[in-house]
Amino acid sequence: MKRHLLSAADLTRDDAELVLTTAAELRSLADRPIKKLPALRGRTVVNLFFEDSTRTRISFEAAAKRLSADVINFAAKGSSLSKGESLKDTALTLEAMGADAVVIRHSASGAPHRLAHSGWVRSSVVNAGDGTHEHPTQALLDAFTLWRHLGDSKPGGLEGRRVAIVGDVLHSRVARSNALLLQTLGAEVTLVGPPTLLPVGVENWGAETSYDLDAVLPKVDAVMMLRVQRERMQGGFFPTPREYSRRYGLDGRRMATLQDHTIVMHPGPMVRGMEITADVADSSRSVIVEQVTNGVAVRMAVLYLLLGGSESESNE
Amino acid sequence: MPAEVLDARDIARALTRISHEILERNKGAGDLVLLGIPRRGVPLAHRIADRISAVEEYDVPVGSLDITMYRDDLRMKPARTLLPTEIPAGGIDGKVVVLVDDVLFSGRTIRAALDALSDVGRPRAVQLAVLVDRGHRELPIRADFVGKNLPTSLAERVSVRLAELEDDGSVDSVAIGVPAPATKGESA
Repeated sequence: MKRHLLSAADLTRDDAELVLTTAAELRSLADRPIKKLPALRGRTVVNLFFEDSTRTRISFEAAAKRLSADVINFAAKGSSLSKGESLKDTALTLEAMGADAVVIRHSASGAPHRLAHSGWVRSSVVNAGDGTHEHPTQALLDAFTLWRHLGDSKPGGLEGRRVAIVGDVLHSRVARSNALLLQTLGAEVTLVGPPTLLPVGVENWGAETSYDLDAVLPKVDAVMMLRVQRERMQGGFFPTPREYSRRYGLDGRRMATLQDHTIVMHPGPMVRGMEITADVADSSRSVIVEQVTNGVAVRMAVLYLLLGGSESESNE
Repeated sequence: MPAEVLDARDIARALTRISHEILERNKGAGDLVLLGIPRRGVPLAHRIADRISAVEEYDVPVGSLDITMYRDDLRMKPARTLLPTEIPAGGIDGKVVVLVDDVLFSGRTIRAALDALSDVGRPRAVQLAVLVDRGHRELPIRADFVGKNLPTSLAERVSVRLAELEDDGSVDSVAIGVPAPATKGESA
């Protein structure tokens, strides 16, 4: 593993599979009476969230605490960040406090990269979502969930598996990270959405693209639905929400065309009735709640692999 | 070239004797749980369990206990790969846990295992069975059941090979030698 986790593209196949196997061991911790391991005792993890987030922040906080790290939560609202402090000054403050890892979410794509490579801090930087760019731990937990269901939890288990990522690919950092990581792990990714919601340059992602959800669904082993991120939209990307959900929403009729083993995923938060209907979200194919459980184990694995060993040799 | 000190038949005899000693000490297999410390403690624990069930006609619960995150030298090397922890379904509360490992050396692994154990539950008693005790303890820890006491110098390396963990079809052996770079199966 490198010292930072900024992009899913930083992970080689061996790195990614190491995270998955480590997460598999850590997941069993949730069934034990004492859900705590001493591996990161005395280390400090700062959650630096410039953008609202509930599940990601709580997931990172739970992960760090279960590894006995000290956690400091830094939210943009109610802190000096809302008074106009720059990223650099915040970073220098964190450095002065002795943070060993900084988990950062920022609305600007590239902010974690800037933090990691500017020389402002010596800590490891974990990208918890930057703008419309990447969200590598979400991709890892999605890969982990797929690997448990489709890959027998074995190395190479996702080889040749087909995954459709459906919806607002343009604004989705989850889609980009997943497309990169799942292909690293040997899966075949198809991005599905209206032409207006597929980004420019998508042909360089290595994944197939399609505008026709009904043609793709019967062929895939997993369907990942994306939320339509209306808060990032300025302008008309589709005529009406009703038309969008008619063409790209997953409902009971479309679910019936899936193969028996196909699972349905969603990174959350869901907008029921828009990209996914309630009967699909609550069906037995849906692994949406499990994705959240797996998130803690995967983030524990990432923090352990970044911080658990010696600094000198993991800095390479 | 490492010199073999125990061959497959020696190891089998030692494990049979340890199994009987465990049963004698605990007056039967009733409350026993065997936990192997990965990697090589785990197949040893299974072999002891097989011998106990052959004598007692009772299946002793067997599991594994990974101590990676409890090591006191965790910070000194790059992050280590985690190994499986499997606690048998009945748990360990109120049971007699026998920890099983291949080589007892500094005692630090067992110290870590005792810490790991206390996060899993509260056994009535904890005992320790090892295939080889090579001395040089750094902590006040001793084994209850020892396959072979092996006096060594600190410079020597004890390597244990178990058929279950070798892909090349080699048989069980315990060998002693001077350190070669990156000896496979070395144990400390």
